[in-house]
Amino acid sequence: MMADLARRAAITGIGQSAVGRRLGRDPMDLTLDAALEAIADAGLERADIDGLASYPGGWFGPRGFSGPGIPELQDALRLELSWYAGGPELPGQLGSVIEAVTAVACGLANHVLCYRTVWEATAQGKGGRAGIGSDGTTAGGGGKGFRASGMLQWTLPFGAASAANWIAMFAQRHFHEYGTTREQLAWIALNARRNAAGNPKAVYRAPLSLDDYLAARMISTPFCLYDCDVPADGATAIVVSRAERARDARKPPLFVEAVGSAIRGRPSWDQFDDLTTMAMRDAGAMLWSHTDLRPADVDVAELYDGFSFLALAWLEALRFCKQGEGGPFVEGGRRIALDGELPLNTSGGQLSGGRLHGYGFLHEAALQLWGEGGARQVPGAPRVAVAAAGGGPLAGCLLVTRD
Amino acid sequence: MSKPFRVLPQLTAQNEHFWTGGAHGELRLLRCRACRHWIHPPAPICPSCLGRDVAAEAAGGRGRVATFTVNHQPWIPGFPPPYLIAIVELEEQAGLRLTTNLVGCAPGAARIGMPVQVVFEQHEDVFIPLFEPAAG
Repeated sequence: MMADLARRAAITGIGQSAVGRRLGRDPMDLTLDAALEAIADAGLERADIDGLASYPGGWFGPRGFSGPGIPELQDALRLELSWYAGGPELPGQLGSVIEAVTAVACGLANHVLCYRTVWEATAQGKGGRAGIGSDGTTAGGGGKGFRASGMLQWTLPFGAASAANWIAMFAQRHFHEYGTTREQLAWIALNARRNAAGNPKAVYRAPLSLDDYLAARMISTPFCLYDCDVPADGATAIVVSRAERARDARKPPLFVEAVGSAIRGRPSWDQFDDLTTMAMRDAGAMLWSHTDLRPADVDVAELYDGFSFLALAWLEALRFCKQGEGGPFVEGGRRIALDGELPLNTSGGQLSGGRLHGYGFLHEAALQLWGEGGARQVPGAPRVAVAAAGGGPLAGCLLVTRD
Repeated sequence: MSKPFRVLPQLTAQNEHFWTGGAHGELRLLRCRACRHWIHPPAPICPSCLGRDVAAEAAGGRGRVATFTVNHQPWIPGFPPPYLIAIVELEEQAGLRLTTNLVGCAPGAARIGMPVQVVFEQHEDVFIPLFEPAAG
């Protein structure tokens, strides 16, 4: 095993604002709610925070996709920082937390506040879900005569405007190669909805049946409405502490055992070498190469489900089953239930909980390890959790343990 | 068949060969003059031999559907669903792919592995490469 990051950083506090559809709240206000809650949860004071990390940086992307940037939050809280980083070119949304882990492991900071804010539901207003790049705000410029450049030039002219289209094509190839079915994929969504019933903040909590799923309108085959997550407003914050200082915190430290940040295939939505998986394949393999723990040691898995297929692909990438066997693995939903052998997306994920965009999975992993899951708590005092985020060329994951 | 509204690409020195080759009925892609490796999307270096002498050449325009999706959601005004989006792998080289639309093919008739050939749809100064079913 490589002796590198293991146990040199720990999660010591978590915070989350209100979560919902069209809260109409100021994004900084949401961010402050999450940040102050996380600092208090760790038992720290404002003055203890000497690092900030965020994805994807301030006001990046389409309206609602991000909130305040690092300088704004630093200034609002008048923080004195030793280290900070914010931006989009990272191993997925949790890549920003991985940056914080490396910073504290190297001693550059003691306590880094990591955060992610979205307000997509409010930004979209009464309109429908916007296609990525299909509106002027997204693509930078917009309006009549707008022309696509960069990566989007290869997809927008063909009406492949949304990640729903790009990821649906990976799912279709997976169906083709491995015989995966909609009836199997459905269980990612049905399990999420079942778990959302125990999460008071979840956007969708009403029961969902397999018949409901199969009768839903199609978005981009093989994805129906329930394979796509729901835009939400909300902010999430995580405090990452240097191991030597983690014992200062109020709660038992959750040590970062290993991370996955690799991408070895082409960083693209249509050029990746294997069209049944994505960058998660490389991030997942890297995570297990940095620890003696094995997939069977994991007590709870919080895996990105911006689209249902991504969670299934993460299950394979993280070796909970063999490549191609994700369908049978989730079918029927018993194995991935709260009381199953691998409880999955215990708060309802993004499919039913709302798109907190990656950070919600790590927040929930920590909540479960601290035994604070309430009605959705995994029984048996879980000690090892994996959180993963991203799809396509974006992928990052963390293995977190409680002693 | 009437043409849908399409968001067009911004033409640059780097991509012009690709988006205007259809004016000559050709699907043009960059190729390394030294090792003959095809390069797409364009970059001024060969990823295989790191040669810097690359130039556009006409590919045959035939390939197979690597994967596809039937899009049912109206994302772009003037581009009404349903329509077929596909990743086509060209016959010249393993992994030489592009995202496109399948045309002349009913949504329910698309299959992974089906042979296709390029056709072009002109919008202003851009020739969009689309693919239609071809004889195997």
